[in-house]
Amino acid sequence: MDIHEYQAKAILADYGVKIAEGGLAHSPEEAVQRAREISGDTWVVKAQIHSGARGKAGGIRICKSHDEVESAAQDLLGKTLVTKQTGSEGKVCGKVYVEAATDIAREIYFCILVERSAERIVMVGCADGGMEIEELVETNPEKVKRIYIEPAVGLQDFQARKMAFALGIETSRLNQAVKTIKGCYRALRDLDANMLEINPLVVTGQGELIALDAKMSFDPNALFRRHQISELCDNSQIDQREVAAADHDLSYIGLDGDIGCMINGAGLAMATMDMIQLAGGEPANFLDVGGGASAERTEKAFRLVLADKGVKAMLVNIFAGINRCDWIAAGVVQAVRSMGAEMKVPLIVRLSGTNVEAGRRIITESGLPIIMAETLADAAGKAVKARNEVVARENGGTS
Amino acid sequence: MSILIDEKTRIIVQGFTGKIGSFHAQDMINYGSNVVGGITPGKGGQQHLGLPVFNTVKQAVQEVGAEASIIFVPPAFAADSIMEAADAGIKYCVSITDGIPTQDMMTVKNFLRRTSVEERMMLTGPNCSGTISPGKSMLGIMPGHIYMPGNVGIVGRSGTLGYEAADQMRLLEIGVSTSVGIGGDPINGSSHRDVLERFEQDDETKVVLMIGEIGGQQEIEAGLFAKEYMSKPLVAYIAGLTAPEGRRMGHAGAIISSAGESAAEKVAMLEELGVTVCPTPSAMGDTVAKVLSEIK
Repeated sequence: MDIHEYQAKAILADYGVKIAEGGLAHSPEEAVQRAREISGDTWVVKAQIHSGARGKAGGIRICKSHDEVESAAQDLLGKTLVTKQTGSEGKVCGKVYVEAATDIAREIYFCILVERSAERIVMVGCADGGMEIEELVETNPEKVKRIYIEPAVGLQDFQARKMAFALGIETSRLNQAVKTIKGCYRALRDLDANMLEINPLVVTGQGELIALDAKMSFDPNALFRRHQISELCDNSQIDQREVAAADHDLSYIGLDGDIGCMINGAGLAMATMDMIQLAGGEPANFLDVGGGASAERTEKAFRLVLADKGVKAMLVNIFAGINRCDWIAAGVVQAVRSMGAEMKVPLIVRLSGTNVEAGRRIITESGLPIIMAETLADAAGKAVKARNEVVARENGGTS
Repeated sequence: MSILIDEKTRIIVQGFTGKIGSFHAQDMINYGSNVVGGITPGKGGQQHLGLPVFNTVKQAVQEVGAEASIIFVPPAFAADSIMEAADAGIKYCVSITDGIPTQDMMTVKNFLRRTSVEERMMLTGPNCSGTISPGKSMLGIMPGHIYMPGNVGIVGRSGTLGYEAADQMRLLEIGVSTSVGIGGDPINGSSHRDVLERFEQDDETKVVLMIGEIGGQQEIEAGLFAKEYMSKPLVAYIAGLTAPEGRRMGHAGAIISSAGESAAEKVAMLEELGVTVCPTPSAMGDTVAKVLSEIK
């Protein structure tokens, strides 16, 4: 789960990391008010969207007067920003963060994250910041410092010092650097974050260390014990279909194709999507209905997939382990009946595993126009064929 | 032979008296697994499904000689249960639980490493469907009837995709020596490679099928191991060709976050390492059959 820059900065400030004076605004008037509260004569108005690379997309504006702050906020609020991280659909900016401009002498890259392959927390730093880490690793691999932290003992002071020296911190500022690094580590540990990135961490003209940007991402599996973090979730930054899916505890990801999918198990879901592509079609979504798919849950999953009006055919592929095919079949039949006329697209169902005969019988005896498939390849082939027939019919009137 | 479990392996269930634990414990007993009891702290001394309930894993090890454990404890408490099993001297543990926090798994892995490799408890999962040595023992939640006894080892991240593979093989009358689910989490107990090491040493296993997916580097590590150290052919399938970058595809670990983690890249690297890659997910059975026929 991602959060906004202003939220990450508030967390960092709590952990002793220095940030510039700033405040959040939802309107141009509020933005001016924030600027008035902040000393100095230059401000930065920053679009709050879940994405990096905002500067290049015009999401960060330097303002020399309150009028400029107002017009920057006016322009950014409600605007859809497309960065290289958002995809072509972009993200809507609903709030701006107004911050005192910082006198930048030098930019540093600093990040701390859980590295899956090492099964440890690692700090990554580079004395030359301002670029993305991928570029840094590519252009200056020898300058990128990585320090692994032993889970049993946690981050030690000597490691923080080692990182500070690698970042080229002046001796007189060593204590502040150690405090910053340790604060980041504690925030990551205490709050179950997967990643905390400060890019750039700047050295000001006065020699101070300030987190100019901040990005934090949290472990979704740990949110049950981090309620204060769950509350930071901003649904406006997430695909609305995914928000609806999460409400029903379903795992859904919208894609660009037109064959809707409902599958149990993430691996089988990915494989079925791959099979659709190999058969000449494109999946409209990823949807894992999970283990205990009841009739109600099946119906919710159906409605979710078909809420995407671009869907031309729907494929259900269930391999029942914990599930039973007869339960799934009953759920499918109930879902199709209750949706009635809303169910406009052909439905292809493939069932395997526990109680498969009973499941198939329920579907056949329902009398509903459901296309049954035997194997994975058969299911994908029938789904693509059905989709093509729908498209041909739609185009039939005009061609 | 088979790896990790057989008909003699004495199994306990952690989270025994809960709804899910009870259901699957009964299913394992019905399959013929040698379940000798279970753990529910506070319910020690009771009987459940005709078997003794213990307060601690240590008691189960001492009193009924428990060797393997399966965990159905909720995510908030699962890491603790895994460490309790390791501390009690359990040799092999399967964690079915899905949703364990990543940092908890970091702690678990660190705890397991406190003992030498020879003494260390083997852990598979979390977020997996378990392990089965067909006809001998089932330590998991899979539909046991789709697995025929035989000579192909299966290791995979996904539960249902593993079932799909076993089912394709059964239709071709190809059996399985042992099938091991390593789970879909970013930090897991054992990697593909860890399981391949076991299969390489197993006389009964002739060919291994590895079912991987996007995210992480474990499939490539396994490919490197196979090239260097394995005498047995390795067949692989990698799910997620259509998965977009940076999105979590259901499994916590199924996310392309850096170079080399996409399905296409993994397939290309595995092929370069001499691994036979299944062209489609519906060709897992056929590909294994072909490789088997070449060694016979």
